Amino acid sequence: MSDLQKEVSDLERKSATAARLFDIRLIIGGLFTLYGVIVTIAGLTASDADLEKAEDININLWTGLGMLALGLFFLAWLKLRPASAPEPEE
Amino acid sequence: MQSPPSAMHTAAPHITLAEGLRLPTNGLDYAILAIYFVVVLGIGFAARRSVKTSLDFFLSGRSLPAWVTGLAFVAANLGATEILGMAATGAQYGVAVVHWYWIGAIPAMVFLGLVMMPFYYRSKVRSVPEYLLQRFDKSAHLLSSALFAFAAVLIAGVNLYALAIVVEALLGWPQWVAIVVAGFFVLAYITIGGLSSAIYNEVLQFFVILAALIPICVIGLKKVGGWDGLTGSIEKQHGDNFMTAWGGTGIGDPNPLGANWLTIILGLGFVLSFGYWTTNFAEVQRALSAKNLSAAQRTPLIAAFPKIFIVFLVMIPGLVAAVLVPQIGAAGSGLTYNDAIPYLMQELLPNGVLGIAVTGLLAAFMAGMAANVSSFNTVFTYDIWAKYVVKDREDRYYLRFGRLITAIGVLASIGTAFIASSFSNIMSYLQTLFSFFNVPMFVVFIIGMFWKRASMKSGVWGLVAGTTAAMVNYFWIYKQGVIDIPSDQGANFVSAIVGFVAGAVVMVAVTLFTAPKPDAELAGLVYGTEPPADDEAEAAAAGDDAWYRKPALLGWGAMVLATACYIPYSF
Repeated sequence: MSDLQKEVSDLERKSATAARLFDIRLIIGGLFTLYGVIVTIAGLTASDADLEKAEDININLWTGLGMLALGLFFLAWLKLRPASAPEPEE
Repeated sequence: MQSPPSAMHTAAPHITLAEGLRLPTNGLDYAILAIYFVVVLGIGFAARRSVKTSLDFFLSGRSLPAWVTGLAFVAANLGATEILGMAATGAQYGVAVVHWYWIGAIPAMVFLGLVMMPFYYRSKVRSVPEYLLQRFDKSAHLLSSALFAFAAVLIAGVNLYALAIVVEALLGWPQWVAIVVAGFFVLAYITIGGLSSAIYNEVLQFFVILAALIPICVIGLKKVGGWDGLTGSIEKQHGDNFMTAWGGTGIGDPNPLGANWLTIILGLGFVLSFGYWTTNFAEVQRALSAKNLSAAQRTPLIAAFPKIFIVFLVMIPGLVAAVLVPQIGAAGSGLTYNDAIPYLMQELLPNGVLGIAVTGLLAAFMAGMAANVSSFNTVFTYDIWAKYVVKDREDRYYLRFGRLITAIGVLASIGTAFIASSFSNIMSYLQTLFSFFNVPMFVVFIIGMFWKRASMKSGVWGLVAGTTAAMVNYFWIYKQGVIDIPSDQGANFVSAIVGFVAGAVVMVAVTLFTAPKPDAELAGLVYGTEPPADDEAEAAAAGDDAWYRKPALLGWGAMVLATACYIPYSF
């Protein structure tokens, strides 16, 4: 093994990322669920002017529902398959 | 660093948005934007506790799962200059924009994953220049490190300046406010959370930008009468070739791109795109932070699938804008090609989705800048500071230094952004200049990885010769009109081919007269050598042998899919 490989292997053993870094699925799930709810509500209360601007598609409603579905998907994935963090070494 | 097309076509100082593009944003839109900024900072603070060593800070401890690094790999390239620039390319050249994705990205990404990643990941190098140090010598290493560090700050600054222009046009903020605010947020979340924070934000940005672009495409298509309506109107206005990928690209045929099928395949598809995707550290860094060799190989392969389809999300707005404003790009229309997406946002999106789109655009600008900053600090710390300036200190010192240099790097980009706002010509010239240093990187890597005999000195000479040849071709042979090439774009492709060939010839010549690297030092770096036994890198996580995680299947699947995508646009 070269010096570089020894040095990096050593750092890998001391690294704390695997044990301590939070799961990004929680953030994606949370943010998109929140955005989904906000935008869906904007869609449910859309004015005629809004609808006309978007070619008679209730784009807020559809986008909101899509984002909500994505957010819930990530939360469900996290719930069903939680990350198995390796045991911290200290 | 920017991808090959953007380097020429959308050099950010050229991004000038038309007057009168102010968006009708309201409190709802700003609330959506504010929530995003809070989350960005939150990710930085939450990632802080995972940073214990310099490896955590610069490479996430080499421990992230493949789907995270894969999405970050796409998002690091999906900066706002790329999004606005590719929509502009679509509005200007039509369906030919698909070349930058299907031939200009996918083959290179697959090659990185299947062929090159084992050498990168197993050798445990922490950056692309560090590979050059292991494989060649200090001169190749120092040259590429210094150039990379300088270019990364430059491009981060140009990105920031482009953000300021767009924000000023769309939201009415003064330029300096946008530069300082965005700079501050990037500074905060990278200094605190390191690469993990940058990568997590990139993954988030990936989904937000999809949520911004999809509604624009859906409403835009309906407005012009669906895909058939779009095709009909475009062909009436711009001719049949506008809706095909290869129409008019025969050698000698005139076409707006100024390139023929040979220069597209060799120049864009081979030299430029392989150089960018396989040796640009801002991209490769994402794969190096994956948790094992299998995950590192899958990083660019997982990225390839969204990359194949993202082109539709930028091409459709470009084409729709070309239909709605037939004079787009011409002086009288009041709109430049870069205005395609902002124009559609203004015309089509109601409040709510509009806020999502603004958030996506700002997120993309910040991620584009953050990718450069988070690769700059790594190269500056590991490759320049720790190897040539302050050597052999304890790891804590380099972690502290890394945080400091991140802050300095961001401040330098803020300075660059202000310089760019006064001297935009100089900046775009510098960017053109730097794009030539990327040209020979791929030839040096490919020869270094596959030809054991290539000598220690051949690396630096290959870099110098390739860069010089590409510059001579561009600035003298093309600009002085020695040979007639129809456009900058086409000249850029030809220069890349020339640089590649010159680099290869010089490497072979130098190798014949200089000493090879001792065999023992090449173990694991070159094709045909035995890598040193290393259980950790090889240790596949449970489930890595599932069929859908096989790198070969993913890689070839992406190639087949990209080829199939060409079929409807080729006849």
